[in-house]
Amino acid sequence: MKVAVVVFPGSNCDRDIFSAIKKITGTKPSYLWHKEKNFSKFDLIVLPGGYSYGDYLRCGAMASHSPIMNEIKKRSKKGIPIIGICNGFQILTESKLLLGSLLQNINLKFVCNKAKIKVTNNRTIFTNKYKNNEVLKIPIAHMEGRFYCDKYTLKKLIDNEQIIFQYCDIKGNLKDANNPNGSILNIAGISNLSGNVLGMMPHPERCSEKILGGNSGIRFFESIFESFN
Amino acid sequence: MKVKIEVMLRDEILDPQGNTIKKSLNNLGFKRVTSVRQGKLIEINLKSKPSIQERQTIKKMCEDVLANSLTEKYKIKFFKK
Repeated sequence: MKVAVVVFPGSNCDRDIFSAIKKITGTKPSYLWHKEKNFSKFDLIVLPGGYSYGDYLRCGAMASHSPIMNEIKKRSKKGIPIIGICNGFQILTESKLLLGSLLQNINLKFVCNKAKIKVTNNRTIFTNKYKNNEVLKIPIAHMEGRFYCDKYTLKKLIDNEQIIFQYCDIKGNLKDANNPNGSILNIAGISNLSGNVLGMMPHPERCSEKILGGNSGIRFFESIFESFN
Repeated sequence: MKVKIEVMLRDEILDPQGNTIKKSLNNLGFKRVTSVRQGKLIEINLKSKPSIQERQTIKKMCEDVLANSLTEKYKIKFFKK
């Protein structure tokens, strides 16, 4: 499986993703600089977290116009799996590859903790190694993680089972107290309609080794790898 | 010619920064402030007065780049330098 990790100026989670994928799947990803307009075939493209373009204008806004994004949009239409983590999720919404938008956290605090996330839909190439409604503990670290969409979009996301992860309590209940940023319906991650593009605010690459405090993220990468194979 | 673009969050979206500023103003004695919303001002300089076509281009700049049409609204104003 050939994996690409895109690097924008200001991305800072590219190496963690490289490390996690290499350790878990044995595949060494390739880094793709954001200016690459043409690149070889990849089976998975990852947009990492960080502060692309310093979050100037809006998070992910400038990066969504990077030269590489035209080709990434074409590949997403062909069904190539694409993951956006944190700033990557923001870039995907700004690029309109995913619905909705990520706004400033409601409590105006940068949240940095281990969030409890429910696997709302385990019938995707990214989540099939998890049990349905399984509760995971995955780190989050963001100031602009409040997922927003209008009520028509929300209905689409619900009806088409595009909500993949939601913030929850230890039993999987969706409670306000467990919503770290005010996201609508506690949404932590969504997919596109075809199910090949996933955006999520939590960082699975930060809990893919026990020594880092958790390994709930391992099965995320295993799911994609096994779906490919 | 100077173009000033005001970008604000759409009315239906919660503005926690605006709310915080309002509370600060109230606490500082400006009790008559009932609400605050915060936005962005983007200034663009053009070589000369824009044609009708160029005005459409400025609108496209707003739609495609300067504002997120899902969450933000914008106003374009023209000023002689």
